[in-house]
Amino acid sequence: MTDDLIARLSADLRPVRRGILWQLLIGALLVGGIVAAIAMYMMLGLREDIATAPTTMIFWTKSFYTFALAVFGGCATIVLARPDGRTRWPWIAAIGLAVLLAVGASLQLMMMPPEQTMHLIVGGSALVCPLYIIGLSMPVLAGVLLVLRRMAPARPTLAGFAAGLFAGGAGAWVYTFHCGENGMMFLTLWYTLGILVVAALGALIGRFALRW
Amino acid sequence: MAFCMSADVTFAGAETNGRLMVETDTTETRLRALMLAALDGDAVAYRTLLAELSRHLRPYFTRRLHAAHSSHAEDLVQETLLAVHTRRMTYDRDRPFTAWLHAVAHHKFVDHVRRHAIRPTVQLDDDAPIFARDESEDAAARMDVDTVLQTVSPRTGALIRQVKVEGASIAEAAATVGMSETAAKVSIHRGLKALTARFAGGRDDR
Repeated sequence: MTDDLIARLSADLRPVRRGILWQLLIGALLVGGIVAAIAMYMMLGLREDIATAPTTMIFWTKSFYTFALAVFGGCATIVLARPDGRTRWPWIAAIGLAVLLAVGASLQLMMMPPEQTMHLIVGGSALVCPLYIIGLSMPVLAGVLLVLRRMAPARPTLAGFAAGLFAGGAGAWVYTFHCGENGMMFLTLWYTLGILVVAALGALIGRFALRW
Repeated sequence: MAFCMSADVTFAGAETNGRLMVETDTTETRLRALMLAALDGDAVAYRTLLAELSRHLRPYFTRRLHAAHSSHAEDLVQETLLAVHTRRMTYDRDRPFTAWLHAVAHHKFVDHVRRHAIRPTVQLDDDAPIFARDESEDAAARMDVDTVLQTVSPRTGALIRQVKVEGASIAEAAATVGMSETAAKVSIHRGLKALTARFAGGRDDR
């Protein structure tokens, strides 16, 4: 019985490329990210001041924050995709970055005149921002979970959470090209909320879909 | 201290223990070489690897199942081999192969036990190595160990044999003699000390 299995498996052997895990994950990110970018461009459009926005600090803060969260999520995902994978630094880094941003946002609120406060916190799109981020993250989340299914995460829920952070960061990064909000507190609250929902969704799906 | 204790058993079965340790190392080296070749598409190496893994995995799973469920061991061996095959891309070529294999086998065991609602003989987070036990052990050397272990109480002897010779975990060994883990640790420590005093006397003069 077992001998038959061994014979069948060795007949089925195909070489495995080096760095295949990275290639699959980056591939899923690129495909999902392009779909999200097209969807954002067609359905939402770029922010009206896209030509001048890159001269502002907040544009780059948003871009860096979301991109960094995606990187931390991606690093956690690739470690947790292996059966013997354990990692802690991406979580610490992500929490540290969010705390740092919250501190900066609080300082900004204190320095600006009080009549600006509401604008900096809720802006004009606080209700839809997390929803758009969740929507734009879905293509990447689907792609990453699909490739993770071929891997061997020993802890499916945690691996799904990492995939969700990866996808949420990427989706939010795409969304920064549409979003015209300028408050750091807006970024801290609503972007983080959207990304966290995607991560939680990833954990929930991963719990069932990443079993092997 | 841990090193000293393991050295203590070696006086009579010096060769046994020494060889066991080396063999564990060469097992890693050999299996890893086979795995690397297999990842590059070498079917002969792959076949050898899978055959050898099944030989190591069978006693590993059998030991973890109650006698009543021992028929599950063969299923588990097959499930693990299949997982090694379909998930082989997750092996990092720069890391120890046995650690990866252990993670796969452990995952399959936990999964299997849960699905079939089997009670295992060890706790699920127990982490005894797959490769510590070598079945091709020299019978003569083993008899030396037997002779020496007869000089301590049967229970202590059984514990020392399981943990130091067969590579079982403290938790496993404690369970088979019905002791707490702490008590087993103390018992092993005292037993080894007694053995050292009896057999290794005068060694320090060298």
